[in-house]
Amino acid sequence: MMEEDFKDDLEEKSEDKFSITTENLSVYFNEKPAIKDINLKVRNKSVTAIIGPSGCGKSTYLRSLNMMHELTPSATVYGSIKINNIDIEEFGVINLRKKVGMVFQKPNPFPTLSIYENVTSGLIYTGNYKKSRLDDIVEKCLTASGLWKEVKDRLKVSAMTLSGGQQQRLCIARTIAVNPDIILMDEPTSALDPISTTNIEELVYNLKKEYTIIIVTHNMQQAARVSDHTAFFYLGRLVEYSKTRTIFTNPKEKLTEEYVTGKFG
Amino acid sequence: MTTKDIFITDKNLKYRKLKSNMVLIFCVFASILTVLPLLYIFFYTTASGFTHLSLDFLIQMPKPVGETGGGMANAIVGTLILIGLASVIGIPVGILSGIYVAEYSGGIFSNIVKFVTDVLSGTPSIIIGIFAYTVIVLTTGSFSALSGGFALGIIMIPTVTRITEEMLKLVPQSIREASLALGISRWRTTLNIVLKTALPGITTGILLAIARIAGETAPLLFTSFGNQFFSLSLDEPIASLPIQIYNYAKSPYTDWHQQAWAGAMVLVLLVFIINLIVRFFTKNKFSSDV
Repeated sequence: MMEEDFKDDLEEKSEDKFSITTENLSVYFNEKPAIKDINLKVRNKSVTAIIGPSGCGKSTYLRSLNMMHELTPSATVYGSIKINNIDIEEFGVINLRKKVGMVFQKPNPFPTLSIYENVTSGLIYTGNYKKSRLDDIVEKCLTASGLWKEVKDRLKVSAMTLSGGQQQRLCIARTIAVNPDIILMDEPTSALDPISTTNIEELVYNLKKEYTIIIVTHNMQQAARVSDHTAFFYLGRLVEYSKTRTIFTNPKEKLTEEYVTGKFG
Repeated sequence: MTTKDIFITDKNLKYRKLKSNMVLIFCVFASILTVLPLLYIFFYTTASGFTHLSLDFLIQMPKPVGETGGGMANAIVGTLILIGLASVIGIPVGILSGIYVAEYSGGIFSNIVKFVTDVLSGTPSIIIGIFAYTVIVLTTGSFSALSGGFALGIIMIPTVTRITEEMLKLVPQSIREASLALGISRWRTTLNIVLKTALPGITTGILLAIARIAGETAPLLFTSFGNQFFSLSLDEPIASLPIQIYNYAKSPYTDWHQQAWAGAMVLVLLVFIINLIVRFFTKNKFSSDV
């Protein structure tokens, strides 16, 4: 059934349309599976939403893409993950994370650094920068994250003086400063108020011109608003993956329909 | 049963308020007991030492018995040198092992390190003095500033290790993840992000450790020994305030007793000033946010 979905969706066969490919990806915590055999191809320069009830493995899937599970000793990852057709093992963890940025659920700017230093941190602490270019990069990234106008007069001030929504946009600016191809977002608006949420959603929409974005969300309306494609996870399995419109209006699976219409969740 | 029965009756509430107040009174009383000795020590030392404290006391050498005046310049400088030596040994070793225990925990070795630090922090300082005596004084053949600094440094290590560990563990995991997700390496993350975030707390711990060793007397008896003369060399015995105070206080001369009081006051002030200075310099730009 899913294979058919794929065919349906993937009329343009060319491989370079996909920036992330996972094959038979499984993650175990202490021998217990959190996700099993996930086969997913994520399109280049588009927004892919991952939806599903709590504990379905959305975040687990996302965190395996930038090898975040490495931090959890009890986690084991099986299967293959390819970024731009290269296996992630070949990148090495540091280069992989430069290519695949991540924005977290709770805004987490570095509390001891200023706004300016937060944006440049990824460049400075990886030793990969030219001092003369930093000012430009900061302006570019803060503009891209829609924060420039609000903070341009107080770049040297602590990042903690910003509001929650501003902090999250700062985290996005920090992520894009490293110049990744892909941005992973793990429920980036669940700790934010509605206005900040709208700002972030607009930002996601604008960012997809340059970046491939995967956004995990609890909020189905959000998935419907921002994403081009949606994957529905349930109990560690990929149930359905298709164009967002299809998932929300004409899903193939009964389970998907029940979830998106709010019968369970 | 009416809904009213479910709620606590007035009588019950009064009893609970009474209990709450009783506990509060005990807490306040205990807090006063904590503060009183410190205030008493501070005022008593100041009152007794103040009359003898003068510029001469700070910059002059001790005078022979019978002559009035003189000071403890040698002991003040000696104590500063000993604190400096101890810090050079104790702070880096303490911080690095604290980082190891906090950031690379879980293994058998880090548990051993934790256990050993606990035991070491409970070891009487005189025993550490004997250890330094055996290791350095016996092998080099003389009492020395170096052996004193070594003993004090070892006393500092467990305090610094433990506080570093506690402070690093308080840094939220999300900060580490944010840094690693940017492609920043593990050691850079620990050094530039995690350690920096925990720095105000670690500084406080170092101050505590310094304050503790500044007044240590027992381990110095076997190591730095004491010196009536001015000395800056590390391989010779060196004067220190605690030893000088001890020697003067047990002497039969009233003038020396007065000097001992003044010395005690200088020691208390010294610890206080070290506190202020380090706090001023390491005050994080944004420490109020951490």
